[in-house]
Amino acid sequence: MSEASVHTWEGQTMEVALKIWRVDENGERDLKTYEVEAPEWACLLDVLDIIKDRHDGTLAYRKSCRMMICGSCGMRMDGRAILACKERMKPIVDSGHVPVISSMGNMPIIRDLVVEMAPFWKKIRDVKPWLDAGYDEAAEKERVVSQQQMNVIAKESLCIMCGCCVSECNAMEADPDFRGPAALAKGMRFVGDPRDNIEVERLNELNDEHGIWDCTRCYFCNERCPKGVDPRDAIAKLGAESVKHDIDWDLGAKHAKWFITSTKTTGWLRETELVPKTQGIFGALKETKFALALARRGKVPPPGPIHVAAEVDEARALYNLVKEQGRDGAAGIVQGERGLARIEHVEAEQAERAAAEDGS
Amino acid sequence: MKVAYYKGCLASLSAKELDTSTQALAPKLGIELDELESVTCCGAGDIHEAEPDYYLHLNARILAYGEQTGADTLMTICNVCTLNLRQAAWQLKNDDELRERVNRNLETVGAPPYSGSIEVKHFLWLIAEGDGYEKLKQVAHKGLKGLKVAPFYGCQILRPSKVLGFEDPDKPHSLEAIIDACGGEAIDYPAKIKCCGFPIIQAREDTALGELIQPIEQATEAGADAMVTPCPLCHLSLDAWQSKLKAKTGRDFKMPILHLSQLIGVAAGLEESELKFKRHVVSVKPVLDKLEV
Repeated sequence: MSEASVHTWEGQTMEVALKIWRVDENGERDLKTYEVEAPEWACLLDVLDIIKDRHDGTLAYRKSCRMMICGSCGMRMDGRAILACKERMKPIVDSGHVPVISSMGNMPIIRDLVVEMAPFWKKIRDVKPWLDAGYDEAAEKERVVSQQQMNVIAKESLCIMCGCCVSECNAMEADPDFRGPAALAKGMRFVGDPRDNIEVERLNELNDEHGIWDCTRCYFCNERCPKGVDPRDAIAKLGAESVKHDIDWDLGAKHAKWFITSTKTTGWLRETELVPKTQGIFGALKETKFALALARRGKVPPPGPIHVAAEVDEARALYNLVKEQGRDGAAGIVQGERGLARIEHVEAEQAERAAAEDGS
Repeated sequence: MKVAYYKGCLASLSAKELDTSTQALAPKLGIELDELESVTCCGAGDIHEAEPDYYLHLNARILAYGEQTGADTLMTICNVCTLNLRQAAWQLKNDDELRERVNRNLETVGAPPYSGSIEVKHFLWLIAEGDGYEKLKQVAHKGLKGLKVAPFYGCQILRPSKVLGFEDPDKPHSLEAIIDACGGEAIDYPAKIKCCGFPIIQAREDTALGELIQPIEQATEAGADAMVTPCPLCHLSLDAWQSKLKAKTGRDFKMPILHLSQLIGVAAGLEESELKFKRHVVSVKPVLDKLEV
């Protein structure tokens, strides 16, 4: 390397240690340790660039914008899917921890930190990620959409398709054909768009075997998303829109509706009837042997409304009341987003107040 | 400390052993339970997904009845109840307009309003916070004789951490510390923070079993004598559905699964009438033999 090409940084530098799972084209894995000098402001992506430029040009990873917009640099740090350009290294260096960097999960590894994203893109394409306005020729006038209407899909519109949510999706580990959090959030982005005209068709497709009701609610997607999309909440919005449109033929929708019936009649889940109400009588009959084994251990309570909560008529009245107020479907979830978005703000305020009280 | 005790559905039904062991253990830990009677199911995530506005009202009503006891804490014994109640509480506490509308509706049907004062905490958190581990060492006088226990957290006590936030969702430690304080040996394995598959076990059994096998297989390979979980849904999945794993994969793990209150309870010398191990599908006898109970 010529001296002219070696850039030095102004200001403080730090020694960064990393372990990287290197994977060759034959799938051979090797955990290599790197120790490099980097400026204190460096993020993980900067450190990978330094390694590649100055120490080991064979290291493979994806990158582009460097500012959390393009979604190229998804990878794992200590098993967590992250964007390399979002992770500041200084606190990690200060803690003395040596992080392990590896490729994202649920996608085949091509080399080192680069994964095959073709199946990911296919699932995105499968949800028809474009507006279908229901007409061929554009209207003469511009169609105005209110902010309130667009709030329904404000979070879903933030997706940069980096794959971090998919990386740790527990349902996809068990069912690789699961449409997954990224594609379903993209689906909601169009189901909830007031300009789209094929909402019911979309919902019926997303109710398929590998769709909405295949989500296991592990919440890894919400935990990992670097942009605040909260894909699990988007999937819940799709479920709510499906029920609103009486698209309830899937076992998952039937299962969900039985909880509503239970709370309106006894208050508590009518657990014993859940199987026949979800799977139908024939499905339940197939489960007879299994149910008998559970019954022997007292795990199958007698059917029917024998365990009734006090004041259950209040729950029933609440159901009827909220149905009149017309906030069913995704709107019921959207209304809660404002409160959830303020959690960090409120917690920071509380911490500040506590610190001030300690000080005085 | 007096808490409003919300036991949820399963502890009244298929997991009665969770309720009886909790009721017997809590006083020993200085927790007085004021059981809520006029409350319903939290909706288990299902109502949140089907009728979210109704979900919010049902949970506001539970929180409001919790506040009526005068307690500062509403104690849960289920991961799913914990997430559903805490999520609703955050939505309502941080949004005056929404809370006012929901309270008007609660008033219309004759229920008390929700003020935002009560905090929802899982039994695990109440045990783990403050000087909990020290207290536990005294309560768990019979110990666990070095029993190798695999902690299984499940999902909705860890994620989304924004709503739950008791401990690092990727490196939780409360169950390990409890096992240690009771005289057991905590076994480490990667799937301890993953999903048991329960929410979709009826609608997508194959996917659910594909998830379920991971923690049981890993805990077995790590040499665990038993697994412990703070969630009755995880318990039902891990315990009752092992027979389905056997039918599907031919592997019979015979892994005993304990509720958190049973693990601490057996170390604290609770009786079988309180622990009710006989209600388990997978026999707990090998564990009891090892503990000489």
